Amino acid sequence: MRASRRIRDNAVVGVAALAVGILAALPIGYLAWRGFEYGFSSSFKIATSSRTINLLRSTLLLAIAVTTASVVLALPIAWLTVRTNVIGRNFWSVVTVLPLAIPTYVGSWAMIGALGPRGMFSNLLGVQSIPSIYGFWGAWASLTLFSYPYVLLTVRAVWVRLDPSLEEASRMLGRSSWQTFVHVVWPQLRPAASSGALLVALYSLSDFGAVTMMRYDTFTREIYLQYRGALERGATAVLGLMLVVLTVTVLTGEQRLRKREDVYRLHGSGARNPQLVDLKRLQVPALAGLGILTTLALVVPLGVISYWIARGVRANEPVWPAWSLISNSLSVSLLAAAVTTVVAIPVALFIRRSPGWFANIVERLSWSGYALPGIVVALALVYLGANALPWAYQSMGMLIFGYSVLFLPQAIGAVRSSLLQVTPSLEEASLLLGTRRITTFRKVLLPLLRPGLGAGAGLVFLTTMKELPATLLLSPTGFSTLATRIWNSTSEGFLGRSAGSALTLVLLSSVPMSLFIVRNQAQVLRPSHRPNRGHDDKKAKHALPSDTSDTR
Amino acid sequence: MPRSRSHILIGMTTLAVSLAACGGDDNSLTLYSGRGEDLVQPVVDLCSEQLGVEIKTRYGDSAEMLLLLQEEGGNTPADVYFSQGAGFLGVLSADNALLPLDESVTSTVSDPNLVSPKNDWVGISGRARTVAYNTNVLNEGDLPDSFVEFTDPKWSGRIGWAPTNASFQDHITALRGLLGEDATRTWLTEIVANDPVSYDGNTAILEGVASGEIDVGFVNHYYLYRLLAEDPNYPVANHFFSEGDPGALVNVAGAGVVTHSQHPEAAEQLLTCLLSAEVQNYFASTNYELPVTDDATPWADLPRLNSLILPNFDLNLLSDLQGTVDLLVEVGAL
Repeated sequence: MRASRRIRDNAVVGVAALAVGILAALPIGYLAWRGFEYGFSSSFKIATSSRTINLLRSTLLLAIAVTTASVVLALPIAWLTVRTNVIGRNFWSVVTVLPLAIPTYVGSWAMIGALGPRGMFSNLLGVQSIPSIYGFWGAWASLTLFSYPYVLLTVRAVWVRLDPSLEEASRMLGRSSWQTFVHVVWPQLRPAASSGALLVALYSLSDFGAVTMMRYDTFTREIYLQYRGALERGATAVLGLMLVVLTVTVLTGEQRLRKREDVYRLHGSGARNPQLVDLKRLQVPALAGLGILTTLALVVPLGVISYWIARGVRANEPVWPAWSLISNSLSVSLLAAAVTTVVAIPVALFIRRSPGWFANIVERLSWSGYALPGIVVALALVYLGANALPWAYQSMGMLIFGYSVLFLPQAIGAVRSSLLQVTPSLEEASLLLGTRRITTFRKVLLPLLRPGLGAGAGLVFLTTMKELPATLLLSPTGFSTLATRIWNSTSEGFLGRSAGSALTLVLLSSVPMSLFIVRNQAQVLRPSHRPNRGHDDKKAKHALPSDTSDTR
Repeated sequence: MPRSRSHILIGMTTLAVSLAACGGDDNSLTLYSGRGEDLVQPVVDLCSEQLGVEIKTRYGDSAEMLLLLQEEGGNTPADVYFSQGAGFLGVLSADNALLPLDESVTSTVSDPNLVSPKNDWVGISGRARTVAYNTNVLNEGDLPDSFVEFTDPKWSGRIGWAPTNASFQDHITALRGLLGEDATRTWLTEIVANDPVSYDGNTAILEGVASGEIDVGFVNHYYLYRLLAEDPNYPVANHFFSEGDPGALVNVAGAGVVTHSQHPEAAEQLLTCLLSAEVQNYFASTNYELPVTDDATPWADLPRLNSLILPNFDLNLLSDLQGTVDLLVEVGAL
């Protein structure tokens, strides 16, 4: 009886996950159809042209370089802010994540203004020519600076919860701290690092802002060029499908990397902080590194934005965005975050509980929207909406659906990372004690997943705030957000007006993110010693200390 | 009353699905604008008041709005398409996706060259292609007599352009019509050999010229004057090529009524409003564009549109964007 109910519940989760996956894969269906319409021989010709092959090479090169740099950048920052006594640790914890709030189109533009030929930097130094930032290095630097926080966030979320007793055991058995990191800590961080790296890799495949501003040719840039100029949807579809193939390749690579990845604690004795590493003389280089990074990724963009605001104010232009834009941005982003996180739950649960080829397919389907440029996803939904669902077309629902398709993997990744830290025996205990599955889900699993749900929702919120092409194409007519406002003013050359909206966007994204990080940090670093109450006792014994403090 | 209950249900579903329900509203027009909100919204408000209809406007890139119309097909909620350049209008015109306009509308435009030969779109404001130059580095006399002479190696590394920009692509399409395919290819190849710096758009080019990154830039004339209004010492000036030179193309931002429009009469009235003296003078004074009607005056020292127009140049020729993009890719400009 119970076994059959369990199978049925798993089937429900499976069906829900598959449905989500199929919905997310709608854009691929559209691309396939357009490619089919375009004809096999023309498609083949485009796919194998030397230009396409070159684009493939440069796109891959960029994605690999950005991902590697992001991991290399994120690990030491995570270590500094989690495990050392670096001066201003909480400050750096927040500040190092904030570059995520800066859209790449704004960040790259600011970087060019500051570091470009005869920009502020070369004027300051009085030199006429500095190495050009255009091309590969500019795109690489800008994508890395504004997307490394994906890795930082996921790695840090796991690192703060790692059981220090394992490391202590390793040290006591005579391993050096470096050996301990390599053999004990890194294996536990790897799933988180790789899911963050995956977000970065796919983000750099689909980003348009940085590569355009930095004039570096990638698949995504080519797709935009084709759309803007040639209006040949068949050719664009072929390029889009190739991007999908790239994504599947990357995903498969990541799944190989994951291997054994359970990181839950086997017993709940670790309700204490690990000993912080005393940096001593290393404080100075650590602070210098963090300072340089923050200057490039945060101070420079904000400085350039402020300069344009000042210019706009001087020219008596209406620099600041209307309240309606702010509330529009906030409400669609919050809605998108909520919806996307909720639909991510069955997918994450299904991947975790029923691993295998079917789960792999569902997972890959759900990732498909994320690696495609926003304009491709948006046009697919425009076509479907206008022709199949005219009643929903250009509605708020359609817009939110578009965001979910685009950003679902961010939520799935975060929820999955949280799930990995949950001891399965907790659920089993609850079920053995006769609690119904739905109640177990609500009372045991959900509270434990809360950090992951929060992180996922936070990421989706942030990216939705910045999102442009889908918002322009799918929103109800007359609906505008801060991002569309920035685009609108920039396109007509009103840089002062767009700068006001850009600053507002960055600030609005930063505040909730800062609060979230501060709260998380405080929670983890000050675990509660509150005794567990009543019947929760048995279950709580196995739970993570920080999570139990949070259950009620 | 089950019927009213189902109405409530339907109403609530609609409300839940679409906070801002659109379409089906009889007394409203939908405008797809490829031109920015800062510029167009005041005009929309004015025309909305004058016509007594609500006008809903969707802003985006001209190419994106065109893609939207193409994907939507017969189910488009749009009534009017307002484009940055004639090229996109030409694409729709070739697809028969625009309705022929009444003579009362088309005759308002002072020069027949600024109206579609099929009478299915009208120019709303003119923009001349110019060369912007840094006034600290160059005098106007240093510039070549003809636009095509920028192939001279002395301009190597000093030119800025925006190969992805629709106005630039329209200009190249025009060159293909004027000089022929082969001559345009040769010209582009020689320009590319001069290592031009690529920018994303007109304003970016102007910023490049002002900062000295480049000395000259191929632009639309009107962006400069706003920057000059912000900063009178901005070290950039426009050079207009003389009549008949391939550099003297005048393109138009234009508008047409979508074939599948539910409100073709009101849509046509909106075009009439866009051609009224009040709106024409607004584009001329606020955005420094060239009015297309006789009863409006260009801003200060800008030339009248008619003196710049190439005789008998069919702007619908600009619709062969595919050929231009292919050519730009071929010579390595894109």
